[in-house]
Amino acid sequence: MATMKAKTTNSGGLFAFLQNPLYAGIFIAVYILLSLGILMGLDRASTIFPLLSMIFFPPFVLAPFVVLASGLNNRVKLAIIAIQMLILLPLLGIFDSAYLELAIQICIFAGLALGLNIVVGFAGLLDLGYIAFFAVGAYIWAMFTSPIETVFTINNWTVSANWFYGFVFLGVLASGIAGILLGLPVLRLRGDYLAIVTLGFGEIIRIVANNLGSPTNITNGSQGLDTVSRPSADFLHPVVEFFERVLNQPVANVEPLAYQLLFYFIAIVMIVVIIIIARRLENSPIGRAWTAIREDETAAIAMGVPLTRMKLMAFASGAAFAGALGALYAAKQTFVSPESFSLIQSISILAMVIVGGLGGIRGVLLGGVVVTLLNLLVLKNLSLQINAWKNVDAVIPGWFIILFAVIIGLALLYFAWRAIQTAVKRNEGWTSYIIPGIMALLGVYIAISSFGAQDFPIANWPSQLEPARYERLVFGVLLVLMMIFRPGGLLPEPRRKMEMADAKAEQKAVAPAAGD
Amino acid sequence: MANILEVTNLIKTFGGLTAVKNVSLDVPEGSISAIIGPNGAGKTTFFNLLTGIYKADSGRINFAGRSLLGLRPDQVCKAGVSRTFQNIRLFPGMTALENVMVGMHPRLKVDMLMAIFGFGGFGKQEDHVRGKSSDLLRFVGLGGKGDEVSRNLPYGDQRRLEIARALASDPKLILLDEPTAGMNPQESEAAMQLFRRIRDEKGVTVVLIEHDMKVVMGISEYISVLDYGEKIAAGSPADIRANPRVVEAYLGRRAAEEGAKA
Repeated sequence: MATMKAKTTNSGGLFAFLQNPLYAGIFIAVYILLSLGILMGLDRASTIFPLLSMIFFPPFVLAPFVVLASGLNNRVKLAIIAIQMLILLPLLGIFDSAYLELAIQICIFAGLALGLNIVVGFAGLLDLGYIAFFAVGAYIWAMFTSPIETVFTINNWTVSANWFYGFVFLGVLASGIAGILLGLPVLRLRGDYLAIVTLGFGEIIRIVANNLGSPTNITNGSQGLDTVSRPSADFLHPVVEFFERVLNQPVANVEPLAYQLLFYFIAIVMIVVIIIIARRLENSPIGRAWTAIREDETAAIAMGVPLTRMKLMAFASGAAFAGALGALYAAKQTFVSPESFSLIQSISILAMVIVGGLGGIRGVLLGGVVVTLLNLLVLKNLSLQINAWKNVDAVIPGWFIILFAVIIGLALLYFAWRAIQTAVKRNEGWTSYIIPGIMALLGVYIAISSFGAQDFPIANWPSQLEPARYERLVFGVLLVLMMIFRPGGLLPEPRRKMEMADAKAEQKAVAPAAGD
Repeated sequence: MANILEVTNLIKTFGGLTAVKNVSLDVPEGSISAIIGPNGAGKTTFFNLLTGIYKADSGRINFAGRSLLGLRPDQVCKAGVSRTFQNIRLFPGMTALENVMVGMHPRLKVDMLMAIFGFGGFGKQEDHVRGKSSDLLRFVGLGGKGDEVSRNLPYGDQRRLEIARALASDPKLILLDEPTAGMNPQESEAAMQLFRRIRDEKGVTVVLIEHDMKVVMGISEYISVLDYGEKIAAGSPADIRANPRVVEAYLGRRAAEEGAKA
């Protein structure tokens, strides 16, 4: 009941429309096929290809969330998602392998976000070193198969590549144990203290990997381990050839494509398993105990919830997911180095969890997809686009610059005007007018100073301003915007959504009293 | 009647302050007892010592033939001592039903593989948890409110829910910390009915900390009085009413002397 209520409050126009199974079916079929068709129809030689692919790929990968929000029967939903993920996306991936690569990355990061969500979202234990468990899984596979390191692989003997699947479980085990080892000393810590210790743990693992290159070469230090084995993908050759024939493409690059396809399928299997496990844990005594710990630790322990055991379970199961994904990552990249496991990665996974909506599985998945797309598609393609324009000596016309500046100026004036209006209404002191005043002046200045702007050759675009360098800035801005406009995340967990709604109602109830 | 709880010479100090001084107290099985005393007398500290939230400096706590000393709060709960809190401590974002379900935790088989793969009677256990939690909600008079988020429940219902949650672990002894605080006379009356039913229908021994003398005198069979961490009196309601030290503790020495003269 409670969940139902929370869901219906958010029903917009499209959401209501999608509740009719017939309309939803037609809409979704058209939507998926249209987005796929557009992507396949894009001219890869075109100058604005990066821009177009940046615009049209996200709708295609986000289609499953539209399907899930629709009023279709659950089995139909699953069937549609399965067709899209297991047939259409591989088809697109064979057509242009960049999309397949992107899809694998999305799966890996979304899986990591789901794993971290168990620790942070379910149990409420802030973990800033989560990437360390991913590293453990990756290094386990890399150490046993890379001929460069000299402890586990003597005289060029390496573990057979087909042991990969066994090593996924070994990665799960090793990361789970690492999770418990991290959990044991930090059990008594809460909040900020816990965060700083987990952050330290993440850095320790990275630095250890960085330094185990000598005297015995275990990780090959900062240079990393290369030629990591990949499990055989031979059985997928016919599939790739089949897809290429369907696409009317020359049969080529079968081997690399088969590997990509294999890793894509493994990633899909992993993410499905992770979703199932996370859901089952959530709806079990374990999940309820985690929620109880998150809400009130003292009450939870007084009600007989063994804190130590439950917290260790949260750390271990969250870490175990990362271990499996780590092994996959090592095999896919065939290269592992400490650089891939830096703090910014931990932060970006945490950002996925928060952007998506702490605690809710679907929300966190969405967060993982959106943030990874932003990171690996949007920013990257904007850079590519600028370079493409540079190569053809494109110019930004002067009138466009003026138009843009005027729009920005007007927007600033508008916001300043609104801020001044509220300040007048609330009878605030003169200090409340400083910022709107500056905004208004800035708006006027930007608009006026742009008059007479010359055409700007994109070749002069400074390399410091390449969008791919903005990753952290974009994260920061994104998180700030989220906290202002959707503090519960894109798809808040129903329970937290109600908390937010209550908080807002309380604020509103208090605000008029304060205003008087 | 055998004593279900025997506390002997319990001492707890915080820095220079002795919060609980050498308190000995017996609770007969199947009774309803009360612990009273002025504010700051150490009643809640005493509860926290029993439930393992604080560690006692010295003394003994024997419960149903075993010592509770040195056990963690969750172990105490599992041993059969459950409690409510003075300032309600529900899990505010969880529904009423979920709150009670969490309360059943110590009586469940909690196994990660079992939860993931669903074997070992996992589904059956979940059905049992749901069924029993709904029964408990009905028992305390919250039938039909299981899906309400607990923070949205009215105050009196929150108190009842806390009791249902405490009963979920099948305790032999339930400690209620000011369970009728902030209730009007009608609500207190209903709460007293509930306490009696907990004892009569569930067979759970009840110990309550209470300030409302109507409730204390109305339902408790034994009363212990704490003042400045010391037990100053114990006995039946009639004994306590007549005890000059108790009157002194509550009303001051002069009032007690005048009362004695009159």
